[in-house]
Amino acid sequence: MPEQKIPLWEVFIRSRNGLAHKHVGSLHAADAAMALQAARDVYTRRGEGLSLWVVPSAAIVASDPADKDVMFEPTASKIYRHPTFYEVPDEVGHM
Amino acid sequence: MYTQALNARENAVPVGSPEDADRAARFQARIDAEERIEPNDWMPEAYRRTLTRQISQHAHSEIVGMLPEGNWITRAPTLKRKAALLAKVQDEAGHGLYLYSAAETLGTSREELFDQLLAGRAKYSSIFNYPTLTWADIGAIGWLVDGAAIMNQIPLCRCSYGPYARAMIRVCKEESFHQRQGYEIMLTLCRGTPEQKAMAQDALNRWWWPCLMMFGPPDAESQHSDQSAKWKIKRFSNDELRQKFVDATVPQGQYLGLTFPDPDLAYDEAAGHWRYGRIDWEEFKQVLAGNGPCNRQRMKQRRDAHAAGAWVREAAMAHAEKRARRAAQADAVPQAA
Repeated sequence: MPEQKIPLWEVFIRSRNGLAHKHVGSLHAADAAMALQAARDVYTRRGEGLSLWVVPSAAIVASDPADKDVMFEPTASKIYRHPTFYEVPDEVGHM
Repeated sequence: MYTQALNARENAVPVGSPEDADRAARFQARIDAEERIEPNDWMPEAYRRTLTRQISQHAHSEIVGMLPEGNWITRAPTLKRKAALLAKVQDEAGHGLYLYSAAETLGTSREELFDQLLAGRAKYSSIFNYPTLTWADIGAIGWLVDGAAIMNQIPLCRCSYGPYARAMIRVCKEESFHQRQGYEIMLTLCRGTPEQKAMAQDALNRWWWPCLMMFGPPDAESQHSDQSAKWKIKRFSNDELRQKFVDATVPQGQYLGLTFPDPDLAYDEAAGHWRYGRIDWEEFKQVLAGNGPCNRQRMKQRRDAHAAGAWVREAAMAHAEKRARRAAQADAVPQAA
């Protein structure tokens, strides 16, 4: 009989003060405390961060990459959402 | 779109334990070192309260700010203008949501924040209590109101509270489109017929002074600036930001060939600043007190919209609960042998 599976966790690091946590990778750990410990050992051996988050991978709800056109393509035609769509004469300066 | 210094004076903070004093000193040292404070960090209760109030007022302003502009979506003069205005109003909704989320990290639920607005216990920017009477007002709002908001929000990107600062970075990136689309509307009107230019002038006449009030009371009367500056929530005083706005905006208006409704407006060569006339603070107080031209209408629209959406929220929760229940039941069924 195979051993019981050890859960997967996603690891996020705040690399510098004031920045948001960013996903850096994942790891296996039996519980949250061990996940945090393992994240520290695996992902921050060279001063990569100031703060760590670990989140159970199963808690992440992701969009399907196959749906990317349906999800994101419609914004491509909405060029009026960008500042450069609007004409502001050079003489007026930066706006 | 905008946060305003409108807060009532804080009650005196009771003297804490020596341990609190120690923590407070370490907290201030972190602020002085330009460190960002994050949700799980210890913070003085007054800092938490001040930020919760400021961020939620900012969020409320974004949400109420959709109303004056939404008024013109169905009457925009071209499809291009309509698409742009829709996109802008949609952005304001997004800004409100980023900000509510940031406020929630301080421990007050979104439902409670909504309730504060709808019950009239929370304030929002005075500017959104003025009516949008003509299409030119949409141009004036983008150019002036969003221009004033940008002046205020750029320093907030360096606010000491991390989630607020990060939300403001996102907001500022999106805000640039708002101001440019507004200025382009003004420019188009000013290059149009004499009637169209007169419409632009009329909008400037009506929006100019309320926009100067957006920065809040003059420094001499401002109640919160000292503590907020010490906590690096506020990096510039109300008057400093107002002056920056006037200096940036007057040349833009001159390029349009418009006149500012201020006979005292004059360039101070020595200081390099545009000097403006006296602001009618009585009007500001009245608008904040609920007596502006549109206060009651705005609040009624917000309350009606919230009440009309109640069944959607209830249905969504009921649906989620039903699905969770069915999933649990499916798991409970014994596997076939």
